[in-house]
Amino acid sequence: MSKTKKKKEPIPPINLWGHILAVAWLVPGGGHFLQRRHGRGAILLGCVAITFIIGLLMRGTMFQPQTGDLLTTIINVGGFIGNLASGVFYFFTVWLGYAQPDVAGHVHDYGTKFLVAAGLMNILAMVDAFEIAVGRKS
Amino acid sequence: MKMNLTHFEASLLFALFSSVVLGVVSRKTNRERLHYGVRCFGYFLLAVFGLGWLMYFGHR
Repeated sequence: MSKTKKKKEPIPPINLWGHILAVAWLVPGGGHFLQRRHGRGAILLGCVAITFIIGLLMRGTMFQPQTGDLLTTIINVGGFIGNLASGVFYFFTVWLGYAQPDVAGHVHDYGTKFLVAAGLMNILAMVDAFEIAVGRKS
Repeated sequence: MKMNLTHFEASLLFALFSSVVLGVVSRKTNRERLHYGVRCFGYFLLAVFGLGWLMYFGHR
C-alpha cells in the first residue's frame, strides 16, 4: 500500500486572519464572535473564564519567564506562555496586583494548573478561529 | 475567598471544561461536537479512576 503524502497548504495572507487572531488572543472566544459564531464563542469564553477564575480562587501561582537548566526553562517559560495566552484575564489579574507566591499544597497546585489550562484552551480557540478565518472550517 | 476542592472535584472540573473546549473546536457539526465532547469526558473519567486505583494499589 502506497502512502500518500499530504501536501502542505501555504499560509494565507495575514490580512485575512491577523486581526482575528489578535482579538481571539485578547478576548477568549472573540475570534468566533468576530466571525459571527456567537454560540461557539460564548461557550469558549465561558469555559476559559470559569477555568481561569477557579484557578484564581484556588490561589494558583502565575509563572515568571525564568531560565536556568532545561527543565526550569521549559516549566517556567511554558507556564508563562500558558498564562499569557489567557489574554485580557491575565493582564487584568496582573494589573490588579494578583501575586500569589508558590505555596505547597494540592489546592494551590491545582490552581496553578487551572490558570495555565485556561490559556491552553484559549490557544485551541485561537487555532479554531484562524481555521474559520482562512476557510478551512465553517 | 478561597476555593478548597478535593483532587477528585478539581480533576472533574478540569475534565469537564477541557472536554467542552475540545468538542467545540475539533468537529464540524454540532452533533459531532457533542459526541466528541462526551467521549473526551468519558476518557478523562476513565483516566481519573484508572490512575486513582493504580495509585491506591501502588501504595498498599
